Amino acid sequence: MLSEMFFKLWDKGLIQLGVWETVYMTFISSFFAYLIGLPLGVILHVTDKNGIHPMPKLNKVLGFIVNFFRSIPFIILMVAMLPVAKFIVGTSLGNKAVIVMLVIAAAPYVARMVEGSLKEVDAGVIEAAQSMGATNFEIIAKVLIPEAKPSLINGAAISIVTILGYSAMAATIGGTGLGQIAIIYGHQRSNGDITWICVFLTVIIVQIIQELGRYIAVKTDKRIK
Amino acid sequence: MIELKHLGKVYKTSEKEIVAIDDINLTIEDGEIFGIIGLSGAGKSTLVRCINLLEMPTSGEVIIDGQSLTKLPNRELLKMRQSIGMIFQGFNLLEQRNVIKNVCFPLEIAGVDKKTAEARAKELIKLVGLEDREKSYPSQLSGGQKQRVAIARALATKPKYLLCDEATSALDPNTTRQILDLLKEINEKLGVTIIVITHEMKVIDRICDSVAVIDSSHIAEVGKVAEVFTSPKSKIARDLIIPKDSTAISTEGGRRIRLTFDGYEKTNEPLIARMVMECGAPVNILFADTRIYEGVLHGHMVIELPNEEKEAEKIITWLTHSAVSWKEEI
Repeated sequence: MLSEMFFKLWDKGLIQLGVWETVYMTFISSFFAYLIGLPLGVILHVTDKNGIHPMPKLNKVLGFIVNFFRSIPFIILMVAMLPVAKFIVGTSLGNKAVIVMLVIAAAPYVARMVEGSLKEVDAGVIEAAQSMGATNFEIIAKVLIPEAKPSLINGAAISIVTILGYSAMAATIGGTGLGQIAIIYGHQRSNGDITWICVFLTVIIVQIIQELGRYIAVKTDKRIK
Repeated sequence: MIELKHLGKVYKTSEKEIVAIDDINLTIEDGEIFGIIGLSGAGKSTLVRCINLLEMPTSGEVIIDGQSLTKLPNRELLKMRQSIGMIFQGFNLLEQRNVIKNVCFPLEIAGVDKKTAEARAKELIKLVGLEDREKSYPSQLSGGQKQRVAIARALATKPKYLLCDEATSALDPNTTRQILDLLKEINEKLGVTIIVITHEMKVIDRICDSVAVIDSSHIAEVGKVAEVFTSPKSKIARDLIIPKDSTAISTEGGRRIRLTFDGYEKTNEPLIARMVMECGAPVNILFADTRIYEGVLHGHMVIELPNEEKEAEKIITWLTHSAVSWKEEI
């Protein structure tokens, strides 16, 4: 049965707040991660040696930076980036700092997801656009992104879920949300049920994001009908 | 008029250089349908891409209406491309746009306002016979319909030239004929000069006025279709016109004679039947590919003579006295 602690937390609205904070943090971070990751992914794609504007040197440098950040485990990256958070948002603690960490960790991931989606666009379609005299910018805006849209939406759902996973770890630097509740009330105070409730709630949020993403992707895809 | 002068394209890889096309010289007159035929890997796809500079030639010049494209700055080259439509083997339609939006696409790029663009698109969709499919998406169309959309799209900016890169190679024979007829109609109605790249002689035969045969990066032969078809000078042209294995069929190994109908005018005369009846000797027809250009019979036929020496001689004598030119195949 559920422990007393659960009802106490529920009555105080702490669990509900935890859900909201997790969702809120995830979406704010995802927004900024895409703000950086989407253009970065586009640049990675177009400057590739088979891209529409090959720039091998720039591509290599950007690729290296992306891989560098992608290879650091989030928990270590978080500690290492504390001064950066302090520089950007004025504090290295709390949700503001957590969002900075999440964006730093997620943007390179998003860039690779975007690059992968754009790679799926048939080279022949790009060639057709070139034969019509389209500029590279027009090809990006009118061909690459619209044609890759269903895949981009699918990728976004996966990225958001990954960011949500990272956000739970952020409790270690004072981030709030379901991760923090699980650690403080579940783990440290030995209330197994609270840990499991946090797990259960996270699974539901993940499912909603994933299903919603897939639904929109299928809905907007004109290839399957 | 499109002029290609000493056009060459070399691909450099880290290990070696690959010559795709070398010293190509061609003149394509306005209003004609010009075919470029060759086997896979001969360089014909590279050649057509060099015409609108989708591939940058490594040597030589592309001159369109007196203007050298290779010397144009990028912005003007993009503008120039709007006067050269192009269609592809894989259709290359935008999968996330419906038919009318696909046809509007080049007009968007050309900066035409939406209303004018849609009116123009509707006109073209009607021309290619897809009025009822305006709102369909490419995934809902057949291959032939997709190519029709691609043709409409390529014509949207009223180009003077249309490049077709293996445009019918992915289509079945029936659909191929329909698309070829549509291209012919466009050529005649709109006066668009069409350049057709293909590996199929029947495509050239059906719609082209002139043909260039390309073989291992070079032009092997160029001329009017009837000319090249009836008296191919290069080995590659002969191979393309007469499929190699067709002469290899031999039943009992009798002597084989190739008849060439090079402007043989008595088209309604059943020549072979008359020969067989008059000589009283049967022949095997091993290969025949004949057709009529402007009321004159052109083509080749390979017949196998009977093993009986006397009968064979009779036929040869008969042929010698007829108006048909012939040669013994060895």
